[in-house]
Amino acid sequence: MHPAYSVIFFTVSSGAGFGMLMIAGTLAAIGRLSTDALFGWLVMAAALGAAAAGLISSTLHLGHPERAWRALGQWRTSWLSREGVAAVATFPPALLFAWGWAVAGKLSFPYVCAGGIAAVLALVTVACTGMIYQSLVTIRAWHNRLVTPVYLVLALASGALWLAFLARVTGNGDPALTHLPIGLLAAGWLLKRRYWRGRDNDTGGPTVASATGLGRDGDSVRLLESPHTQENFVMREMGYRIARKHALKLRRVAVALAFALPMALTGAAMLPAAAPIAAVLALLAAVGGTIGIAAERWLFFAEARHAVTLYYGAERA
Amino acid sequence: MAEGGKDRSFADRNIDTSPAVSDRVETTTCYMCACRCGVRVHLRDGKIRYIEGNPDHPVNQGVLCAKGSAGIMQQNSPAKLKKPLRRVGPRGEGPFEEIEWDEALGLATKWLSDIRRSDPRKLAFFTGRDQSQAFTGWWASQFGTPNYAAHGGFCSVNMATAGLYTIGGSFWEFGEPDWERARYFLMFGVAEDHDSNPIKKGIATLKERGAKFVSVNPVRTGYSAVADEWVPIRPGSDGLLVMAIARELIAAGRVDYDWLARYTNAPWLVIDAPKRPDHGSIARDADGHPLAIDGRTGKPANALRSDIRVKLTGAVEIEPGVMARPAYELLARRCMEAAYSPEIAAARTGVSADHIRRMARELADAAFEHEIRIEQPWTDWAGRRHTHVTGRPVAMHAMRGISAHSNGFHTCRAIHILQMLLGAIDCPGAFRYKPPFPRPCPPGLKPAGKPGEVAPMAPLAGSPLGFPTWPGDLIVDDEGQPLRIDKAFSWEAPLAAHGMMHMVIANAHAGDPYPIDTLFMFMANMSWNSSMNTSHTIEMLTDRDPASGEYRIPHIIYSDAYASEMIAYADLILPDTTYLERHDCISLFDRPISSAEGPADAIRHPILAPDRDVRPFQDVLIDLGVRLGLPGLVTPDGKPRYPGGYADYMVNHERRPGLGLLAGWRGADGESHGRGAPNPGQIERYKQNGSFWSHELTPSMQWNRHANAEYLEWAKGMGFVDTAEQIVLQIYCEPLQRFRQAARGFGPHLPPAEICARIETYFDPLPMWYPPLSHAAPDTEDYPLHAITQRPMAMYHSWGSQNAWLRQILGANAIYLHRDAAAGLGIADGDWIWVESRTGRIKGQARLMDGVERHTIWTWNAIAKRKGAWNLAADAPEATRGVLFNHLIPEFLPGRARLSNSDPVTGQAAWFDQRVRVRKASPEEAGIAAPQFPVLPRPPGLDPAPDILRYGEDFHPRPAPLRRTLP
Amino acid sequence: MTALPRSTAKALGLVIDLDTCVGCHACAVNCKEWNTGGHSAPLTDEDPYGADAAGVWFNRIHAFETGTGEGGRTVHFPRSCLHCETPACVTVCPTGASYKREADGIVLVDEDLCIGCKLCSWACPYGAREYDADAGVMKKCTLCIDRIYNENLPERDRVPACVATCPAGARHFGDLADPGSEVSLLVAARGGFDLMPELGMRPTNKYLPPRPRANTCAEAAVEAPERASGFLGLIDRVFSR
Ligand SMILES: Nc1nc2c(c(=O)[nH]1)N[C@H]1C(S)=C(S)[C@@H](COP(=O)(O)OP(=O)(O)OC[C@H]3O[C@@H](n4cnc5c(=O)[nH]c(N)nc54)[C@H](O)[C@@H]3O)O[C@H]1N2
Ligand SMILES: Nc1nc2c(c(=O)[nH]1)N[C@H]1C(S)=C(S)[C@@H](COP(=O)(O)OP(=O)(O)OC[C@H]3O[C@@H](n4cnc5c(=O)[nH]c(N)nc54)[C@H](O)[C@@H]3O)O[C@H]1N2
Ligand code: SF4
Ligand code: SF4
Ligand code: SF4
Ligand code: SF4
Ligand code: SF4
Ligand SMILES: [Mo]
Repeated sequence: MHPAYSVIFFTVSSGAGFGMLMIAGTLAAIGRLSTDALFGWLVMAAALGAAAAGLISSTLHLGHPERAWRALGQWRTSWLSREGVAAVATFPPALLFAWGWAVAGKLSFPYVCAGGIAAVLALVTVACTGMIYQSLVTIRAWHNRLVTPVYLVLALASGALWLAFLARVTGNGDPALTHLPIGLLAAGWLLKRRYWRGRDNDTGGPTVASATGLGRDGDSVRLLESPHTQENFVMREMGYRIARKHALKLRRVAVALAFALPMALTGAAMLPAAAPIAAVLALLAAVGGTIGIAAERWLFFAEARHAVTLYYGAERA
Repeated sequence: MAEGGKDRSFADRNIDTSPAVSDRVETTTCYMCACRCGVRVHLRDGKIRYIEGNPDHPVNQGVLCAKGSAGIMQQNSPAKLKKPLRRVGPRGEGPFEEIEWDEALGLATKWLSDIRRSDPRKLAFFTGRDQSQAFTGWWASQFGTPNYAAHGGFCSVNMATAGLYTIGGSFWEFGEPDWERARYFLMFGVAEDHDSNPIKKGIATLKERGAKFVSVNPVRTGYSAVADEWVPIRPGSDGLLVMAIARELIAAGRVDYDWLARYTNAPWLVIDAPKRPDHGSIARDADGHPLAIDGRTGKPANALRSDIRVKLTGAVEIEPGVMARPAYELLARRCMEAAYSPEIAAARTGVSADHIRRMARELADAAFEHEIRIEQPWTDWAGRRHTHVTGRPVAMHAMRGISAHSNGFHTCRAIHILQMLLGAIDCPGAFRYKPPFPRPCPPGLKPAGKPGEVAPMAPLAGSPLGFPTWPGDLIVDDEGQPLRIDKAFSWEAPLAAHGMMHMVIANAHAGDPYPIDTLFMFMANMSWNSSMNTSHTIEMLTDRDPASGEYRIPHIIYSDAYASEMIAYADLILPDTTYLERHDCISLFDRPISSAEGPADAIRHPILAPDRDVRPFQDVLIDLGVRLGLPGLVTPDGKPRYPGGYADYMVNHERRPGLGLLAGWRGADGESHGRGAPNPGQIERYKQNGSFWSHELTPSMQWNRHANAEYLEWAKGMGFVDTAEQIVLQIYCEPLQRFRQAARGFGPHLPPAEICARIETYFDPLPMWYPPLSHAAPDTEDYPLHAITQRPMAMYHSWGSQNAWLRQILGANAIYLHRDAAAGLGIADGDWIWVESRTGRIKGQARLMDGVERHTIWTWNAIAKRKGAWNLAADAPEATRGVLFNHLIPEFLPGRARLSNSDPVTGQAAWFDQRVRVRKASPEEAGIAAPQFPVLPRPPGLDPAPDILRYGEDFHPRPAPLRRTLP
Repeated sequence: MTALPRSTAKALGLVIDLDTCVGCHACAVNCKEWNTGGHSAPLTDEDPYGADAAGVWFNRIHAFETGTGEGGRTVHFPRSCLHCETPACVTVCPTGASYKREADGIVLVDEDLCIGCKLCSWACPYGAREYDADAGVMKKCTLCIDRIYNENLPERDRVPACVATCPAGARHFGDLADPGSEVSLLVAARGGFDLMPELGMRPTNKYLPPRPRANTCAEAAVEAPERASGFLGLIDRVFSR
């Protein structure tokens, strides 16, 4: 699949935003959130800003952005529509929560409730995003039960990294916040490893033989001529291919940046000796982690083979 | 079907399932290729909404191919020329100025009238994809030049000539397989052919019926892909395969002797007297009748008599001491020569001996064990009534895979002989003639242009083209040297019945046999895809005589409708209309659109008015003729004879009394067909009938037409044949022997010494196979691969690339090789490779496949374009990734003599003889095709091509802006 | 409504015969020609005369090789929307622009509702969704909805353009829900199959496999009885004219 930057930006950015919201809302609900208004202001601006930026960028690649509202209509069948509805629904409680935390400066019951609801809706939104991909039987790399969990965990992990940073900057270094990334990143790493293992060992999926119905006697089937000599929309959108060697290299970069580095930096920031530069370390962890997750996302697309490529020379998809 | 758009749940969808399609529908004839299908053109607000096949039309019966379906984009082409152009800078570099028609025609008239006053031969008038040869050839005769031909010489004259000299008809478009009844269909070297749609329909019919379809072809694409059996033959060796099959049949006696005896010259006696001039001639009686052995007396007797019983073998003394043998015996002996054994053939053809034997067996099985009997009474040439017709359900078809080789004439003849051995001609299940064929073998027309037949200010003494039957018919001077600029009908190519357009530029450039003044061309992209050795051709077109500084070819006039590669090389351009903007005539005098059931012809008429200053070329030719005062074009008092232009000519011109270009609705009342006085309402009648006329022969006239009295009488009435005598098919081709005897020193007309051996070898009256001429070069082994091209079904030669739809399908062409051959050369799919021939080299991208004979590489024909031509972007894939094999193919044979790279009998261009070698290009060389030429500038008047097309948006019920901004 | 109809009254679709398709592209171009002025007009072409010409086409023809050596084949393979029974292209659509008709099963895009998110093109395994970047909406084969019911066309022309024009008779149109229809009988007789059935779209269109090759007399004796008498045996024979 063509790794379109707008979509990568959208999922990474809104993932981080919604991730922060999920954590902040949950902590509020269980009463472990600092009521520091500055902290609240920064967190909510970052979370809602990132989520909104992501959402807006996702409408930019539409053929008709002015009709984007129509996407809210088909939540009964469409994960994309559900994602839209959930995302939109997240904002009112999130804003109320933000008001309470950052402006009113108190996390009283209604605001805490709003925070909890926002956290749940944010989680639903990210789950829907994951499901958009996971539900596509045409793309075997996505039609995989780890896809949505990975989306969720990576959203949480990136949210946690940014929260940890903001917590340290504002001096709200509650270990619940500053240690959280390590657990989430570890979970993400494990899930992603399992996912990649599974992908690498996957020998199933449609083949050029099942796509064409030819070669059912076991004969090989080879593309002789594409319909047209120049690339078409389907090939540009879905025909992206990345060499395996290249992909493996990128996976290592993604793992290093998304998991190993932020975990190390977060761990380092926890050392008493590092206290003076803890915030800097947390920032580096967040930035590195975000870039790493973007790389992971890029690979998520680039490594995914669409079934239609079987009509354009692929043997298996 | 019920209205589908209004069911409850989707009522809001607001679909108009019954939109009005058009406000006007016109019928005409497609000209996206030469198949000439009938079309219905739907127009809305004067724009073309849709072009569809005319379901009533005999050729296509409603279907339309990819090209025909893309007619809208031809009409919409940004490469359409807009106004007459005159060259104002160096030739080939493209500076032109727009001029008015009057000036253009004045200039042409001046050049041409000077020529006509001095020496009409100095005009070479050659027309390419011309479909009005009945008119253009006539015009050339009126002008007085013998230097006229259309494209047949580089196209398929081998097929036409071999057929006409052998069976009085031919493959090509002059006959068709009996798709409804054939049980075994054997096709040689066809990728697409002119009968594009009929062949596809036919193959589908065959498959539906469970008939067996065998395709002999080095490449397995298109038709070969759906064949039941693909025979991957080595290019140029089909003749050997066919002769080996014939040998098997003859050896096994699996031959239709009765048929041969009745319908062919198999029983005719051939004189065996090597010392005499008439050696190898048919023995004749005092009245000129051929002789055969009368089986009852054992003596020679008139072979044409219906009551004799003939022998097919044996020997008889026709004069004291002079023996003669039936032609069949000679044929049989020829086929039994060791050279034609399946084992020897296998080595050369790549088809195993077992396979060859199986093919022979299957052919005989289908022909003889599955004979068809149709209870259709008919009357033979001798007036005998028969209760039924017998069918041999073996049909064959062959085209350029056979014809584009220098042994194509003989190979094609061998195929016809194979058909005859099986009795499979014009009978149920076999190849069937399309009227006006069969014609006498060969037709009686002789070429004009001999000394004394060309004179200033006088028409040519006959037709420029024809069918020589002895050396006296050649167009040569007293020394035997060529008198035509293309050297057709010279000793180099005696039976060049369609001329040799491919040699004109080279010969005119060399002044061999003489310099010319004006080269006048129509519809032929001769600076690109229809020339051999394209790079050299480009040089010749721009070469100047160092002494005078003049171009070697002083004037070039060209009519094209589009900005082709050739435009840059003309001095004067006469822009033509598109096929939807003019009158055209698909005449029985030309290449007909008839079917086996009966004759047909058709017209085109203007459906759209040109939006630019262009004129139909035929109108222009008539106008020029009037300005020149050509006899047939002006009345005795000097007035235009056809003031209404070509439409007027189509209706009112008579070749012979009552015979004109169109056969339908003749006579004052429009009720005569075939013969009749001109009818002023004729074109209207055509339009009312879907723009075609067709006549179905009564069933008793549909079979054995070479010997069907009722048919032949009718054909005589139509002017197709001069007499109703039986057309005896020729397994033994006596005219060839006459040339051969001349080469042996007999007769009044002798070939120049250097050509004698060649004539003696190739003018064999019996079928034969020899390796393609250029394969005899000493270095052939250095070029181990064969390079051939194929017609892509969705493109027509060069002119499809300006078509926005078709060029998406095929915008560049790869070089296809067998996977194993490529592996041996270290070449992978997609690699850039060099292909080198003895005289040229090209670079392109390799594509590997399995369905190709291992010694063969191939590509799609005429996809590559020169940068800037056709108003395409300079970086268009046609120019950057397209390869033209023509650069590899020399116009001359190896050796010092300027002998054309053509068939020695017919002068047919030997495109597919080419041998090459292949190597991988270096990494630095990858990425761009070679050779490349300077970018051709866009001719004046043409707008830059648009960067987006939204054709049809006006036809949408709601306007585009509304649709685009709807929230 | 992107919910699928529970069932459709008919299942109109195409049956494509891989045995006779010669890969001529007639159906593809005729489809383009009809549809560029039809229901989804225009079928935009970008850079039509340049380096990267790319247009909207509803029907595209591929060619494949299968097997090697004597058993090898070249198969031409036309590909257009299969008007699936359970098409994900419909259910993923967030706007309801993509829908399946209850009356006849045809899958269409309502261009007025489409936001151009392209998700349906990801959901279609068969590459049948064609995005028109200029119009910003998804387009696709309409099964010639503006022909098959068109009362302005003569009855015989009320079939999809690609079917009407195919010179090789390789395309058939009809109701595949009706087991007695000509197309259903053809599918039954020739072993028509689904493309990628494992993906669960349940395509309506069916493909007919290449037929086993006809062989008229596979093992007839090499030696014809007359062989010995072949040429020489003629010596005493006479034939009438
Ligand atoms: N390598 C190789 N070369 C080949 C062949 C091959 O198989 N292999 N095949 C050969 C054969 S058989 C042939 S017939 C030739 C064909 O080659 P050409 O005779 O050159 O035919 P085209 O390229 O179709 O086009 C000729 C010109 O006609 C112009 N034209 C199109 N429509 C009109 C019109 O309405 N009016 C006018 N005035 N002009 C028009 C086109 O713009 C084009 O410039 O190529 C030959 N060359
Ligand atoms: N779509 C389309 N239709 C056309 C044309 C076009 O350009 N496009 N051009 C028209 C013209 S001008 C012509 S002349 C006709 C020509 O129509 P075809 O005769 O079909 O012409 P080619 O494509 O040159 O076909 C040559 C075929 O012969 C095969 N071949 C080559 N060498 C040999 C050989 O030695 N033996 C055998 N058995 N096969 C061999 C090639 O692989 C190829 O399949 O088509 C006409 N129809
Ligand atoms: S075969 Fe195609 S291009 Fe040729 S005349 Fe027929 S429809 Fe037109
Ligand atoms: S028109 Fe028919 S034969 Fe040609 S590509 Fe389409 S389906 Fe195949
Ligand atoms: S083929 Fe693709 S676009 Fe057509 S209905 Fe099936 S899934 Fe949808
Ligand atoms: S592109 Fe249009 S039709 Fe396709 S899913 Fe998006 S809104 Fe629906
Ligand atoms: S049914 Fe109509 S829209 Fe669909 S491929 Fe055929 S011609 Fe095109
Ligand atoms: Mo040709």
